[in-house]
Amino acid sequence: MSADEHDVERDAHSGTQTTGHEWDGIKELDTPLPRWWLWVFYASVAWSVVYMIFMPAWPALPGLAGETDHTRGLRDHSERANVAQAMEELQASRAGGYAALEGASIQEIENDPDLLGFVRAAGEAAFGDNCATCHGSGAQGAPGYPNLNDDVWLWGGTYGDIRTTLRVGIRAEHPDTRFSQMPSFGRDDLLTGSEIADVTDYVLSLSGRGEASDDVIARGREIYDIQCASCHMEDGSGDPMQGAPNLADRNWLYGSQRQQVIGIIHRGPYGVMPAWEGRLDEATIDALAAYVYLLGGGEEEGAANRLTGR
Amino acid sequence: MSDTSKRAMAAPGIRRSKAEAVNAAETRELYKKREPIYPKLAHGKFRSLKWLIMAVTLGVYYLVPFLRWDRGEGAPDQAVLIDFAGRRFYFFFIEIWPQEIYYVTGLLILAALGLFLATALFGRVWCGYACPQTVWTDLFIWVERAFEGDRNARMRLDRAPWSLEKAWRKTGKHAVWLIIALATGGAWILYFHDAYETLGNFFTGQAAPSSYLFAGMLTFTTYTLAGTMREQVCTYMCPWPRIQAAMTDREALNVTYRVDRGEPRGAHKKGDTWEGRGDCIDCKQCVAVCPMGIDIRDGAQLECIQCALCIDACDDIMRKVDRPTGLITYETDDNVDRFQRGEEPRYRFVRARTLVYAVAFAIVAAVMLGALIARSELELNSQRDRNPNYVRLSDGSVRNGYTLKVVNKANRARTLDLVIEGDPAIGARVLGAPDAAPMLLEVGPDRTRDFVIYLTLPAAAIDGPREEFAFRVTDRTTGETAATPSMIITGADE
Repeated sequence: MSADEHDVERDAHSGTQTTGHEWDGIKELDTPLPRWWLWVFYASVAWSVVYMIFMPAWPALPGLAGETDHTRGLRDHSERANVAQAMEELQASRAGGYAALEGASIQEIENDPDLLGFVRAAGEAAFGDNCATCHGSGAQGAPGYPNLNDDVWLWGGTYGDIRTTLRVGIRAEHPDTRFSQMPSFGRDDLLTGSEIADVTDYVLSLSGRGEASDDVIARGREIYDIQCASCHMEDGSGDPMQGAPNLADRNWLYGSQRQQVIGIIHRGPYGVMPAWEGRLDEATIDALAAYVYLLGGGEEEGAANRLTGR
Repeated sequence: MSDTSKRAMAAPGIRRSKAEAVNAAETRELYKKREPIYPKLAHGKFRSLKWLIMAVTLGVYYLVPFLRWDRGEGAPDQAVLIDFAGRRFYFFFIEIWPQEIYYVTGLLILAALGLFLATALFGRVWCGYACPQTVWTDLFIWVERAFEGDRNARMRLDRAPWSLEKAWRKTGKHAVWLIIALATGGAWILYFHDAYETLGNFFTGQAAPSSYLFAGMLTFTTYTLAGTMREQVCTYMCPWPRIQAAMTDREALNVTYRVDRGEPRGAHKKGDTWEGRGDCIDCKQCVAVCPMGIDIRDGAQLECIQCALCIDACDDIMRKVDRPTGLITYETDDNVDRFQRGEEPRYRFVRARTLVYAVAFAIVAAVMLGALIARSELELNSQRDRNPNYVRLSDGSVRNGYTLKVVNKANRARTLDLVIEGDPAIGARVLGAPDAAPMLLEVGPDRTRDFVIYLTLPAAAIDGPREEFAFRVTDRTTGETAATPSMIITGADE
């Protein structure tokens, strides 16, 4: 029906044609769709047909479309394959950085701006995936889980030490794992409660803490010299060969409160870190070790003073 | 031909055109297909002005990418370049970094205010002369005229059955349109890559995919908007006519039909007196030349882009019938009213509206100029690590980590000395700095470099929860300096 065949009624106010329908004196305007809109609509319909031919679109009965449950389309498009390819490309793009990292000393890494940037990025990513659960996203640690930013290293803080610790783990299932065990002095009845209290007061006094009397400290020192000094050293400076922490510094892995220290002596800590050899490739372990080292607390090889780091 | 032989005469020697205002709001029908408009070629000062503006604007658009500007070793030598890959915008002596995009914002504000001011003074001059839609449509109509002739010839050709001649004229026209469209799309991408290199790469298939995409898109839009859509773009698609209607007022100079002089209109026979009648002989030449398909005598309307071609057409006729020109002219609405009352015209270019726009324009321009002059080529930003917030070391000292971002906008490498301005007890370590020069920062030309810096405050120097200080770098060669304040969080109680 073209407009010429009928008397088209026009709305007086807007000048638009009406549909002729009337409800309670109200007439419906018949505003046409814009032509461009119609063309876009038709183009979309045509495009959907093309899409269905070229792209996965239809559910398929099992077995009819290979391993998938839908038609593959002429393009044989697979988002899963695209992801796999993207991951491969990503690994390839990192290959140069990992190759440069292999065998590089920590000084070489630090002095090469490109390598330094690569290590900080790759290390941070691997740290977030593997280490942050215990050590925190900023490697700030938590009670029982060491802060990796500071200059305190139970098992040594050189680049080589950190790499080894990462590879073999601590008290982990690795033949060369770093291992030591502090006795559970209270639980195994090696010391009485009052002896533990005395030795605690002495240990706190090593870093200027506690308010115990000289008598108590003297008693505690006797016990310390017999029970503790072989690992923690007479002056309390600890021994990284045995993972024995320095008791004279300001750092307390399990807390510095008297009750917390008593608790540790009573039960003996047994902190565990998994061995990452086999789980992570060598390149990732190198990147992680360099990243952790460069968080600021790494120790130079053969550093004279282990306490102050650099 | 019926339309030439039997046509009514508007005046001796002047036939009345059969042109209708097909795009006027009154006559447009919603269901009707677009009626083609066949604008006739006008002759006169505004037509000449428009040819000139077209030559200048198109010349600028097509040729500017080829201008060179020496910026020294390693920097692109294209005068105007938007380098997305390198994240730089070059405009002759100005180089803008992504974080300085506010310069572009300022430029857009200036452009908007300039447009407001021009509209308040002279109506829609932007639409009529400078808008790309107007310029390219004008160019496309010129091509159309070259292949198919002027208005009447084009109408005849469209009505004629298909023939070899019609086919080659139409094909030729569309071919030239496509070439112009391609040149337009092609020139666009030259603003984003080195022009000479891209030009070669484009035709050998070695240009970036995005280049082909954008060249293709702009070829398509140029061809359709200027070739086939034309006045519909202005009438239906463009928001500007609606906005400009609010910018202009009764005291702005608009292309206006002088009702006071023209009415009552009517054909003029030889020997008739001009007394008691209007100067308009209703020849409809103003409608015939109108690219928008409207009748200016209907008054100001949204569809009118104010290209002033009707002024040229009418002046031509007025000279032929020996009446004063300017029946259609740039005039204000208020003045037309004054003419009707027999008063003298009054022009007020300085009014509240124009003053506000002009002052705002001047302020923004001054602010931008000041910002440009004060722009430093050496900048420093520091970000303190928040995770961990601070690190307590075994001897009780506290360490904070920082990322120091050194922005070197100069096209030469810099050697900078870093100083920590604050408590001299603060110990600093720059990651990656050589032992021999632990506080020396090297930044390449036109680059930003991040440095990881660890600052340590000894236990004895901790006297509060935070310790304020500033990073300062100084260029060893030029002495330029930049500083940024920061603080060390100590973890101590208040």
